[in-house]
Amino acid sequence: MTAAAPEILSALGVGQKGRVLGFDLAAEQRQRLLEMGLTVGVEFEVVRFAPLGDPMELKVRGYHLSLRKRDAACIRVALI
Amino acid sequence: MASLPAEPVQEQTVRRVAIAGNPNCGKSTLFNALTGLRQRVGNYPGVTVERKEGTFFGSHGEPMSLLDLPGSYSLQIRSPDEAVARDVLLGRLPGVARPDVIVAVIDATNLERNLYLVAQMLELQLPLIVALNMVDMAEQSGVLIDVPALSERLGVPVIPMVATRGVGLVALKQALSQTSLPAPQVRAPLPTLLESEAQSLAKRLAVPPEVALPEAFLLLTLHEEALKELAGHSAEVLDAARSAQRTLSDAGLDPMTALVEARYAWIQSVCHASVSKPGDAALSVSDRLDMVLTHRVWGWLAFLGAMGLMFFCIFTVAQVPMDWLDAGCVWLGERVGNLLPESDLRSLIVDGVVAGVGGVVVFLPQILILYFFLGLLEDSGYMARAAFIMDRLMSRVGLHGKSFIPLLGSFACAIPGIMATRTIETRKDRLVTILVAPLMSCSARLPVYALMIAVLIPGASALSKMGIMLGMYALGIVAAFGMAWFFKTRIFKGETPMLLMEMPPYRMPSFKSIALRMLERAGIFLRRAGTVILALSMGLWALMTYPKPENPQASRAEALAQSLGGRMGHMVEPLIAPLGYDWKIGIGLIGSFAAREVFVSTMSTIYNVEKSEEDGIEPLRDTMRSELRADGSPVFTPLVCIGLMVFYVLAMQCVSTLAIVRRETNSWRWPLFQLFYMTSLAYLAALIVYQGGRLLGFQ
Repeated sequence: MTAAAPEILSALGVGQKGRVLGFDLAAEQRQRLLEMGLTVGVEFEVVRFAPLGDPMELKVRGYHLSLRKRDAACIRVALI
Repeated sequence: MASLPAEPVQEQTVRRVAIAGNPNCGKSTLFNALTGLRQRVGNYPGVTVERKEGTFFGSHGEPMSLLDLPGSYSLQIRSPDEAVARDVLLGRLPGVARPDVIVAVIDATNLERNLYLVAQMLELQLPLIVALNMVDMAEQSGVLIDVPALSERLGVPVIPMVATRGVGLVALKQALSQTSLPAPQVRAPLPTLLESEAQSLAKRLAVPPEVALPEAFLLLTLHEEALKELAGHSAEVLDAARSAQRTLSDAGLDPMTALVEARYAWIQSVCHASVSKPGDAALSVSDRLDMVLTHRVWGWLAFLGAMGLMFFCIFTVAQVPMDWLDAGCVWLGERVGNLLPESDLRSLIVDGVVAGVGGVVVFLPQILILYFFLGLLEDSGYMARAAFIMDRLMSRVGLHGKSFIPLLGSFACAIPGIMATRTIETRKDRLVTILVAPLMSCSARLPVYALMIAVLIPGASALSKMGIMLGMYALGIVAAFGMAWFFKTRIFKGETPMLLMEMPPYRMPSFKSIALRMLERAGIFLRRAGTVILALSMGLWALMTYPKPENPQASRAEALAQSLGGRMGHMVEPLIAPLGYDWKIGIGLIGSFAAREVFVSTMSTIYNVEKSEEDGIEPLRDTMRSELRADGSPVFTPLVCIGLMVFYVLAMQCVSTLAIVRRETNSWRWPLFQLFYMTSLAYLAALIVYQGGRLLGFQ
């Protein structure tokens, strides 16, 4: 494991892979992310962005999940 | 629970099976495969979530009842649909018995996330059978699942299935027909402190012991505001929950995070022992499709093409069966009219029931086609892409990508559109979508637009007709988005909720499943036409018929003017005079409150019949054009025509929609608010068109 500098999810580009470090979100929203499998430590890949640049689509735990960049900006990640 | 029912419990009591699972896991397909046509749709008591039930026969031919729970990702709720799934499984819903056994449907191609709900359901102490669906697709994508190992790890039977082709149905029925179904013994291990706090909280809860632990888990993971809103638990219990939460967080354990992470950690160990993935180097078919369908250029073209095709079918293909239905209604009216002697009863049946109900039933083909496309979009997985593409635009006015489909559906009819808002998770977003949906020009406005355009420009070319028509549609769209923005920024303040949407892989839709859904919708629609709309049509008929004129020789137009409805037309005249309308248009407005297209038939009664005795039957258009005011000026000036169309774009003149909004929001508050704001908006806009136009020197 390399100690990559923390980044925010929304800053990542297509094809980049990362690991979730933590959330800067209210409990309710954090819970939704967690239950959809975006738990701390989980690995993901940025698959694509919508034609207008937002929302973004991730591949996590073997499935595809889309979320808005605004919310993705509250997720701290490390590139891998 | 504790007290036995009065009659002795019979050995062959029908086993109650509930199907639960994530959205997009093939739950409904399995339900349809098991029940076929032996199913019905109703509502859960007190809530507006649909309740789908059916019966099927076990492997010994014994009947069992099957309840299709709404798709949910978690027992921790986010939408009204998810709340129902949770409440049924916990036996909280009055009038719905807790099921005897759960069939948890999981998508084999998306095992980890699907197992999360299973992990929660294993905590419920209800017998559980896992239906591992879509094993064929998992194999195709190179995922190999060791079913016996999975079953052993989960501690419950696992049946590999392909529900679309009926594979595994026999094995599932065999599993469900076992005489004794033991409750699961395995569940995700939790951190010791969390487990002990949950156990001691569970003991204090005034709920049946078998649901105490899952209830305790739910309580422990609720944040402070949610705890405050919670009814049903005593203050003492809530305090206990708070203190348990404090104990845990003092130990550095956030109960919610710890619980979710413990479940996922366990799931990972389960998958590790039972799933092998030889590698997923190749791009899946779905990924390749998405490269086109969500492409910057092709994506938009595909999207516009799909929507265009849907509209083309709704407005042109549907026209053929609609004409048949229309002709059928006319025929029926004439037959009944010939059978019965001239009387009030005949008038009630012909002008009230047949014309009123028929006028609504005519829209059935459009609704069926709309549902066919919605089913196709939903089952193929494209719906999520449409929301993905549109989200950016929708978020500009504070709405959700998922609001797009209900708004789109409202072009056919606001009723299915409003019913489609159920997939929207947050209440505020759902409410705003419901409030603005009727601003989209529904097909009932088409006849009104067509008439007014004909009056405005009698010999208009197809192109200019289309142009005006499109203008009216555009006005409706602008108004809907503008009002959505206004509601989201002024009334329902607060941050925009987050969008978190699964993008399911593309799949071949099952036409059987779509056909069943269309049938189900047609049933619901016809039932409403036979009840609410029937009653309204009869009421409106009475309004337009009574009291009768003293002179029995009076023409129908005179009788109409005499009636309560006619008097109401006179009464509202001062109110609508600033819009340039006279009392006759007033009657039309009142009449179209049952359904907008009634305006056309009311107008033809008022104008056509009035002159039919002397002048013969002129086309309604020409009569309306030659209609003069007392001062000799024409009534239907261009400004009146345009203003009237604008009024119809914006006004809430549909009792059926109000009734559905009442049902969906569970109170009269929102439908009344909607009636008020839309009517005010319509009045204001028509006033601006008429008075503003006159100031600018138009007529």
